[in-house]
Amino acid sequence: MSPEACHDVNVEIGGKAIRLVTTDPDFQASLAARYRAFLNPSAAAGLELSIQLGDHPPSLPDGDVRVSFQDGQWTVTRGDFRSVWCPESGKGVVEQTANLYSIDTVLRIIHTLLLVREGGFLLHASSAIRNHRAFVFSGLSGAGKTTISRSAPADAQLLTDEISYIRRDSRGYTACGTPFFGELGVAGENVGAPVAALYFLAKGNENRIDPIPPAEAARLLLRNILFFSDDRELVDLLFQAGCDFLQAVAARRLSFLPDERVWELMQ
Amino acid sequence: MSEKYIARSNGIAARVLDGETIVMNVADSSLFTLNEQATAIWEAADGVTPLREIVSRVICQEFEVDFETAYRDAEEVVTGLAAHGILLVSESPIT
Repeated sequence: MSPEACHDVNVEIGGKAIRLVTTDPDFQASLAARYRAFLNPSAAAGLELSIQLGDHPPSLPDGDVRVSFQDGQWTVTRGDFRSVWCPESGKGVVEQTANLYSIDTVLRIIHTLLLVREGGFLLHASSAIRNHRAFVFSGLSGAGKTTISRSAPADAQLLTDEISYIRRDSRGYTACGTPFFGELGVAGENVGAPVAALYFLAKGNENRIDPIPPAEAARLLLRNILFFSDDRELVDLLFQAGCDFLQAVAARRLSFLPDERVWELMQ
Repeated sequence: MSEKYIARSNGIAARVLDGETIVMNVADSSLFTLNEQATAIWEAADGVTPLREIVSRVICQEFEVDFETAYRDAEEVVTGLAAHGILLVSESPIT
């Protein structure tokens, strides 16, 4: 009996490539379509995940996300998937059904873990580039992330309407496009730009920008960062990453009306 | 009156932003903001300096407040922070 042929896609988000390998050509096609704008076959993948599809979820139904690190391996489980990978070898597996939502969650969690050691993070925020600068609009569900994305002018490049990717390097902070979308249902563009400002969204009767005391900004930012591990070292790193970000990037409150005029403030 | 000694708990992350200290209990990610006086107490919490001395030497001098008032307020701050696991409190030095 010959081994099954493997099919893969190399998904690069924020400059970090993860190779997804499956024996199911239909699922590979689904992955390729889902991450179409983020495929980069030539990128050096820091992690290769073998996706093992089953007819039933491997974990308990309705289980919450659990993330743990033991014996050199990360384990992430939820009701619909179980994933184990070794950072040192750069190899891992994902057990799931043929459900793109599962692998999407695995990718998000892995990126949070990769980013935190570099001072970056994923943030509940929409973001877009205008005039070569990225504007980040943060808020929990219902705050207006998708609304402000929908009203973006034609000259804006949408990075995401749901999960913003904030990367830190020697030049500062860059917001990168992600395939992670919310109600808009459209992946962001695979581009990035220096972060010009972070706005915490508030619906109002006019479009206006107000200052926020640093401590309040820190509370809001840390509340909106995606992070699932309770590893003390990483939580500490995440806290420092959020504080560092606020010392480098202006954070404001943006009250806005749900139309395109708010973008006149984003120049 | 017995002495009180205070020390910062392990597993606490803290940063000063614009004069206020943001403190996070890493165990449960709970966040707290310390005002200037609480920040001064936090920074002086070395486990070996009695709280009375911290209040006398730091709070009274920096904030121009009488000792009795400052000590009462400091005890309240310390009790609150200890309840959240941010500070350790002991009647003997914490080393």
